[in-house]
Amino acid sequence: MEILVCVKRVPDTAENEITIKGDGTDIQRDDLVYSVNEWDNYATEEAIQIRDNVGGTVTVVTVGDSESEEILRRQMAMGADNGILLADGAFDGSDARGIASILAAAVKKGKYDLILTGAQADDGAGAVGGMLAAMLDLPYASLVNKVEVAGNKLKVGREIEGGNQEMNEIDLPCVLSIQTGINEPRYVGIRGIRKVASVEIPTHNAGALGVSGVGKAGAQVKRVDYFTPPAGKGAEILEGSMEEKIDKLIELLKAKGGLK
Amino acid sequence: MAQIFAYIAHKNGVVDDTAAELAVAAKKIDASAQVTAIVTGSGATLDAACQGAAKAYAQVWKINKPELAYPNAEVVRKLLKNIVPASSIVLVAHDTFGMDLGPGLSIKMDAAYASDVVGIDGADGSTLKIVRQEFAGMAHAHMTVNAAKGAVLTLRPGSFQAGDAAGGAGAVTDKSGDAGDLGAKRKFLQVVEAETGDVDITKSDVLVSIGRGIEDQENIGLAEDLAKAMGAVVSCSRPIVDAKWLEKARQVGTSGKTVKPKVYMALGISGSFQHLGGIKGSPFIVAVNKNPKAPIFQVADVGIVENILEFIPAMTEKVSG
Ligand SMILES: Cc1cc2nc3c(=O)[nH]c(=O)nc-3n(C[C@@H](O)[C@H](O)[C@H](O)COP(=O)(O)OP(=O)(O)OC[C@H]3O[C@@H](n4cnc5c(N)ncnc54)[C@H](O)[C@@H]3O)c2cc1C
Ligand SMILES: Cc1cc2nc3c(=O)[nH]c(=O)nc-3n(C[C@H](O)[C@H](O)[C@H](O)COP(=O)(O)OP(=O)(O)OC[C@H]3O[C@@H](n4cnc5c(N)ncnc54)[C@H](O)[C@@H]3O)c2cc1C
Repeated sequence: MEILVCVKRVPDTAENEITIKGDGTDIQRDDLVYSVNEWDNYATEEAIQIRDNVGGTVTVVTVGDSESEEILRRQMAMGADNGILLADGAFDGSDARGIASILAAAVKKGKYDLILTGAQADDGAGAVGGMLAAMLDLPYASLVNKVEVAGNKLKVGREIEGGNQEMNEIDLPCVLSIQTGINEPRYVGIRGIRKVASVEIPTHNAGALGVSGVGKAGAQVKRVDYFTPPAGKGAEILEGSMEEKIDKLIELLKAKGGLK
Repeated sequence: MAQIFAYIAHKNGVVDDTAAELAVAAKKIDASAQVTAIVTGSGATLDAACQGAAKAYAQVWKINKPELAYPNAEVVRKLLKNIVPASSIVLVAHDTFGMDLGPGLSIKMDAAYASDVVGIDGADGSTLKIVRQEFAGMAHAHMTVNAAKGAVLTLRPGSFQAGDAAGGAGAVTDKSGDAGDLGAKRKFLQVVEAETGDVDITKSDVLVSIGRGIEDQENIGLAEDLAKAMGAVVSCSRPIVDAKWLEKARQVGTSGKTVKPKVYMALGISGSFQHLGGIKGSPFIVAVNKNPKAPIFQVADVGIVENILEFIPAMTEKVSG
């Protein structure tokens, strides 16, 4: 099975305090720690496991800039066979549709049986996978938490409300967006990354892909600014030393029936 | 102004809470809009659902087809492409169905797409002004959506509260004849119910709930000690279950359990809407987080800015003390 996994480099929200720039045009990006989108690690792991079971190759692809190369190498250290970087100044400011059309062009340059994306990334859009499928006219299933290969079809589980699982049969080729928890992504050590440090990663630009109309000008959805919403009721923040805070909390909990 | 449609989710003949919310959102786009609800399904429950939708919508389109007995987004997308006029605005709830349907629908309709919309500030001609959250709720963004060729919006459940669900008394029109070809390459098989665990967190009055801030599997014991001292039960956010540190039955949220405790202690939990979606009945929420800007502090009653790895053992000692 020839598998393509779409991965994105994102600021790690668990590691960073996100602050908005004074003029609201962007978040402060100077000191951010970046990593692979959490969902995309699960997608890469799933692709590797499928390949190890039924044979084939795993290719990871990202739309980004030269700094995005590091995440491709990271996924190759996990076990992906190839990496492809799609980079061009003309891609800057693309909306999800723009990103999906760039990826669709890259898909058409190869021959893939299965295309995986993460269920969502840092913008929480959850948009790219479904758009890519529609552009390629392929069947799609989102929030997939189980994949079983059955000949030229897959049996896939979708996570739905309440943690229930919706089982589907889907024809290959297809596009799936992968939900966290589907597997346990393998750990990548520094040695693994070193091993792939000099593997060549081909880069394609807009001309090579034959895409136009993406980037800021082509975006149908545009960000006007980031803002801090007017503080709601908000929590009463307890102050003082750790001990004082805990004493106050215990009193409040007693009043609310949280402590006997 | 473009025509506005709302896709109505329903189960066993009862429309979802989001049905009324989509109607409220539509009025925020265009106060004078005659919004059409689209209700799909098969058999008797469909009629009941149409009646439910008619309470909040001026028009209801009913589509009765055996292929639509279960809402398979691949089939519903084809249907909507076939029946919704070009350049329309389609509203869908941002739930696991909306996430499945929406992005592809926008491409098939050649319309713009915005997902997980939490606010709508009206429209300026065919430009919709919306509000979204990014970076796990840590940044809000004003966005514009060019709806000249239509738009598909998925709306976050609970964000558009149905204050006055007026505009109802709608007429139901059977549009099944217009459904067209509904063949799809994805076939729905069945729903497998979530496993039940050893504990039932929905029965507990006090929950000590841990999130990714617990950092390591070895630290889970700290939370268990505190819960024991408080006579509470340990629950958690999703990453803890994904890491297999606790069983799925302990997960609070839209894809986990819905809990109604009296007191909810959120320890090292950022406060994503999927997590908060599982907390009902307005409990007294205590949030402990090292980041003073964590969104959980917006919804908590009491907040403490501390490292939970120091806070939890100190609290356990005081409570046991
Ligand atoms: C400086 C800057 C300006 C921007 N301006 C705008 C703007 O004006 N309007 C706007 O709508 N958006 C803008 N964006 C954000 C936009 O590019 C989003 O990335 C896009 O909307 C997709 O949303 P998402 O990242 O949440 O992807 P989702 O759809 O949530 O991602 C799902 C999956 O799609 C795949 N995927 C997503 N992005 C990539 C990628 N780059 N490469 C490979 N695979 C990917 C991954 O598998 C991912 O798990 C801007 C971003 C930046 C950094
Ligand atoms: C379709 C779908 C369904 C989902 N369903 C659910 C669901 O049912 N339940 C759910 O919980 N999530 C669900 N999620 C995931 C959700 O979007 C969030 O990713 C998740 O809730 C984040 O969990 P968290 O708050 O523990 O982690 P994070 O968002 O990573 O937050 C960790 C927090 O801990 C703080 N912290 C870190 N270290 C410390 C420390 N030492 N001391 C104090 N504070 C610390 C950080 O400041 C941060 O605020 C779902 C997602 C999708 C796409």
